[in-house]
Amino acid sequence: MQKQAILLGSDAIANGVKLCRPAVISAYPITPQTHIIETLSEMVDRGELESQYIKVESEMSAIAAVLGSVSAGSRSFTASSSQGLAMMHEVLHWFAGARLPLVLVNANRALGAPWNIWSDQSDSFSQRDTGWLQIYCETSQEALDTIIIAYKASEQLMLPIMVMIDGFILSHTMERLLIPDQQLVDDYLPAYQAPYRLDPDDPLTFGAAAQPDLFYELKKTFSETMSEAPTVLKNCEADFRQAFARAYSPVMRCPEGDEKSDTAIICCGAMTGTARVAVADLNKRGLSTDLLKIRLLRPFPKDELCAVCRDKKRIIVLNRACSYGVGGTLSQEVRAALYHLEQRPLVNDVMISLGGKEVFPETIAAVIENREELSSVDCNWLK
Amino acid sequence: MENDFSAAHAWQITSAEHMECGHMACPGCGASLSMRHTLKILGAQTVVVMPACCWAIIAGGQPTTALSVPLLHTPFAVAAAAASGVRRALTAQGKKDVQVLCWAGDGGTFDIGLQGISGAAERHEDMIYICYDNEAYMNTGIQQSSATPHGAWTTTTPGGKEFQYAKKDILAIIKAHNPSYLASATIAYPEDFYAKLNRAKAASGFRFIHLLAACPSGWKIDSQDALKVTRMAVDSGVFPLLEMDDKGRLQQTCKPENPISVKTYLQAQGRFKLMPENEIAAWQQEIS
Repeated sequence: MQKQAILLGSDAIANGVKLCRPAVISAYPITPQTHIIETLSEMVDRGELESQYIKVESEMSAIAAVLGSVSAGSRSFTASSSQGLAMMHEVLHWFAGARLPLVLVNANRALGAPWNIWSDQSDSFSQRDTGWLQIYCETSQEALDTIIIAYKASEQLMLPIMVMIDGFILSHTMERLLIPDQQLVDDYLPAYQAPYRLDPDDPLTFGAAAQPDLFYELKKTFSETMSEAPTVLKNCEADFRQAFARAYSPVMRCPEGDEKSDTAIICCGAMTGTARVAVADLNKRGLSTDLLKIRLLRPFPKDELCAVCRDKKRIIVLNRACSYGVGGTLSQEVRAALYHLEQRPLVNDVMISLGGKEVFPETIAAVIENREELSSVDCNWLK
Repeated sequence: MENDFSAAHAWQITSAEHMECGHMACPGCGASLSMRHTLKILGAQTVVVMPACCWAIIAGGQPTTALSVPLLHTPFAVAAAAASGVRRALTAQGKKDVQVLCWAGDGGTFDIGLQGISGAAERHEDMIYICYDNEAYMNTGIQQSSATPHGAWTTTTPGGKEFQYAKKDILAIIKAHNPSYLASATIAYPEDFYAKLNRAKAASGFRFIHLLAACPSGWKIDSQDALKVTRMAVDSGVFPLLEMDDKGRLQQTCKPENPISVKTYLQAQGRFKLMPENEIAAWQQEIS
């Protein structure tokens, strides 16, 4: 059974979290994530959710508190955004290195200076190298579902997973969606059984110094687990489809696109929704275009992407994060993955939006219409 | 409430050890002796959380460990927050009788970790927070912290720490958070140390103990003199042994039998060699 509801994105996420029964939640407010922890706080207050709710004094402590609770063997949750995620950076590395499972929801928002509370993906893209899996969601339904999938994958891999929603665009808009029954989720996601935990009856030391050779071996193992992550995630997504009748995969072709087209747009997150409208119209007008959504950014699904880009001549990557001095961060990932193809398509790097700059279907359509003018070497900023 | 050391309950040392041989501490390290006795008092049902500090090395590198209780290492600034999470998870699991001991140096307490401690104290997290204070960043090679007393040489105060920058009053800061237990102690006065650790163990909520722990290399003393010099810190009045009473006042628990001058304490250490006479006199004035 799944119940229909019309919910704010943040509420949908809180409902997804609640269904996963975290024993500990740490919370610190930051726009546009705050509604998530507010809603969870109300759920705990009403007794609907049995969680230890820790109101910490900073994001650094928010992530550290769940570092402690997961080390002690309890499923946990936290959420953040922008400056807050940046503040967590040191502990994000520690978390993954400690091989601890967690789901963290990040509401994508720009980083200052200057101050900007609106959506772009610079915050989480800056955390690509911390060893976390990163999944980007297009809709609130996808976010709710992904939280459930992510706990399962995270606990199988013993790696933390960051689930991204675009701040405001998803967090602050209403959507009609389905909320699964608790029993359905309980059947899909069993209670967390920590293989190791802080337990006085079985005392172990966690995180002690490792000499260079041992450190290297541990990181090699880490990297091997990361390589298995897409398969584990795909299995969890397949099981989810079986139980909940909604399908997800690391790279998703959008049906609005023309699969046979030699040109494809690649983007990730909520902008995919706008791109769907743009591409449907372009195809109607004879400007044949395919549309690919990157859901998994870490580990980057290079095999899956190569498989769908094999016959393309031109890939246009729409970026919401910039690695200054190089260009769009997503473009770098796409280029690196497609390098392995024998016939490499041209990759146009387009900086479509930063700091919440509005993207309309017409914005995307104009990029496609004028594609011959795009540089294939440098990053293309909008005029 | 001066301690009555004739009372049998205040002063019993168990033969049980939760800190093992083969640890990495330097000879004469006050922090290692402090941990050994802290764990004798708290017992096996204890989880230790510690940030970067000397003890992160003393405990040993993989695959060895000096503690036979669970130990969680954390990044520098976040031990108190991580300990909060450990506590809440244990509570959620119904393990309310397990003590969570947050164990940090002065850098991790007075400086980089202070915000997280304030948060944990404000939330009245059920843990014992112990700062073993060796009065500088000893692990990184003796750099000044805000726990370094004025006049002391460190590698970043080559001429001695200027007199206007006195040691931060950590007890006053923690006291402002209304903790359920608050004291200063040192293993150089073991009867007082045992009495306080036992009282902290019996209490619940946020409990904070400030331990003075000698560092022979940082204080420029012989390792064999570590305990003697630490006792002199108490005897000179530089490090009074305090405990918060029921009314929230800090009371002296152990008055030195043979008081000495500040100058005598300072002269026993190489690190105060550059301190001018007038500043030593001013320090003496403050204490008297």
